[in-house]
Amino acid sequence: MKVNSSNNFNIDKIRKDFPILSRKVNGKPLVYLDNGATSQTPTQVIDVIVDYYSNYNANIHRGVHTLSQEATDKYEEARHKIQKHFNAKHAHEIIMTSGTTESINLVAHGFGSLLTKGDEIIVSALEHHSNIVPWQMLCEKTGATLIVIPMNDAGELVMGEYNNLLSENTKLVFVNHISNALGTINPIEEIIEKAHQVGAAVLVDGAQACPHVKPDVQALDVDFYVASAHKMCGPTGVGMLYGKEAWLNKLPPYQGGGEMIADVTFEKTTYADLPHKFEAGTPNICGGIAFGAAIDYLNGIGFESIAAYEHELLEYATKKLLEIEGLKIYGTSKNKTSVISFNLEGIHPYDVGTILDKLGIAVRTGHHCAQPIMAYFKIPGTIRASFAFYNTKEEVDVLVEGVKKAKMMLT
Amino acid sequence: MNIQEIQNEIIDEFAMFDDWEERYQYMIDLGKTLPLIDQKYKTDDNLIKGCQSKVWVHADLTNNNIVFTADSDAIITKGIIAILIRVFSNQHPKDIMNANTDFIDDIGLKEHLSPTRANGLVSMIKQLKMYAIAYQTQLN
Repeated sequence: MKVNSSNNFNIDKIRKDFPILSRKVNGKPLVYLDNGATSQTPTQVIDVIVDYYSNYNANIHRGVHTLSQEATDKYEEARHKIQKHFNAKHAHEIIMTSGTTESINLVAHGFGSLLTKGDEIIVSALEHHSNIVPWQMLCEKTGATLIVIPMNDAGELVMGEYNNLLSENTKLVFVNHISNALGTINPIEEIIEKAHQVGAAVLVDGAQACPHVKPDVQALDVDFYVASAHKMCGPTGVGMLYGKEAWLNKLPPYQGGGEMIADVTFEKTTYADLPHKFEAGTPNICGGIAFGAAIDYLNGIGFESIAAYEHELLEYATKKLLEIEGLKIYGTSKNKTSVISFNLEGIHPYDVGTILDKLGIAVRTGHHCAQPIMAYFKIPGTIRASFAFYNTKEEVDVLVEGVKKAKMMLT
Repeated sequence: MNIQEIQNEIIDEFAMFDDWEERYQYMIDLGKTLPLIDQKYKTDDNLIKGCQSKVWVHADLTNNNIVFTADSDAIITKGIIAILIRVFSNQHPKDIMNANTDFIDDIGLKEHLSPTRANGLVSMIKQLKMYAIAYQTQLN
């Protein structure tokens, strides 16, 4: 991507939107580089949360009173914001969930009634555990087989292999848009197109992608796309599932249970309409509304500006970190987002993370819930610095000095 | 020395350090220098899996006291293990069962026993106590 910071991208102004960025940790100014795990929340979103509980907290979709009406309107308005953001054809194709993990489980559960022995599910080698386990469970239940698209040393999927794995037995392909552990951007356009050629559905996990890019689900022609609000400057505990209308109609309800519907047939109509068929119980109303506010906030800055600025940070941090002797970066695809997974030779990532924390620097250490990737590289884990649009080059410098200090202390 | 006396001794030692850097440098040095476990005991059976670092623990009963040996793949974890071994090894099972680990707070290493650290240390302490219970049953 071309390095071209937009004129209206004002980093000082943006940082002021995030109250948490001015706090101290262990006596040092916080340098928050764990955005891949969760992003920070701007005042514009915090205000919406406070406003909800201060002014119109009520249960939705059922009350005739004013508060309930206001809350319902705001919640459905958020659904429309999400629809517009992802360019879904219909608002009812957006299912509000507790997050990416629930979204994936919802689809996996649904496919439980559609798969039989001999069917195949393809997943990528770059997956988060939450993306592997539901499919393993689904395969155990249905007798279907789980097949893995391998990756190469750069942390990229081997697309030639993918083409060979596809067959008429392939019923579902599951892949993340961007790898959480390495930052690799997967060629999902090609993956979707090839899967559709054999009649398979595709579910894309956008948890790591949505803070950085604005996916167009219709242009992608993707069958299912999932995301979490908390990685997009929104609150935790809320996310979404986009599904093509035809697919969502085909899948059985998730909570409440398909079995229950068979026994209590006159209840079936309460589940029948999208999106409510998949939204049993009182949802995270405030979270959903705040998710909408977070999307507004990100669009206010603009994804082109965000991507350009983060790319600058990535290039700068990569260059500076590689100047440290014995530092190795995992995930070296040309096509990656602002995530740097690295290790210092002969030093355990946990030790480095501990020292960095003492210096006020928040990074992730460990296997990032992606043990198969760590097994590929034969390492126990990595140190992962993941940058957001509110990080700065000065913070990169603090990280680099911190890593140098950790290296000095630990060798 | 009994467990409490050793803990007090460690608290006194740590009181001499001025800041976190000195404390951690001491722990790192402990982790680097001590041979903690016989290689033959570094088996999967003795492995406590943390999300972040691995810990191996082995226990033997000698003269009615438990002798612990342990190791970790992370050096700071190893440093803390060295301290825990110093406190709990060569002690009677009953004393180990009844001992607390509050001294970890006093020496400024409390954060390492937080479950979110997932470094295997919490499980390790649990495991030390389990060994103590098991050996105490044998002695009864």
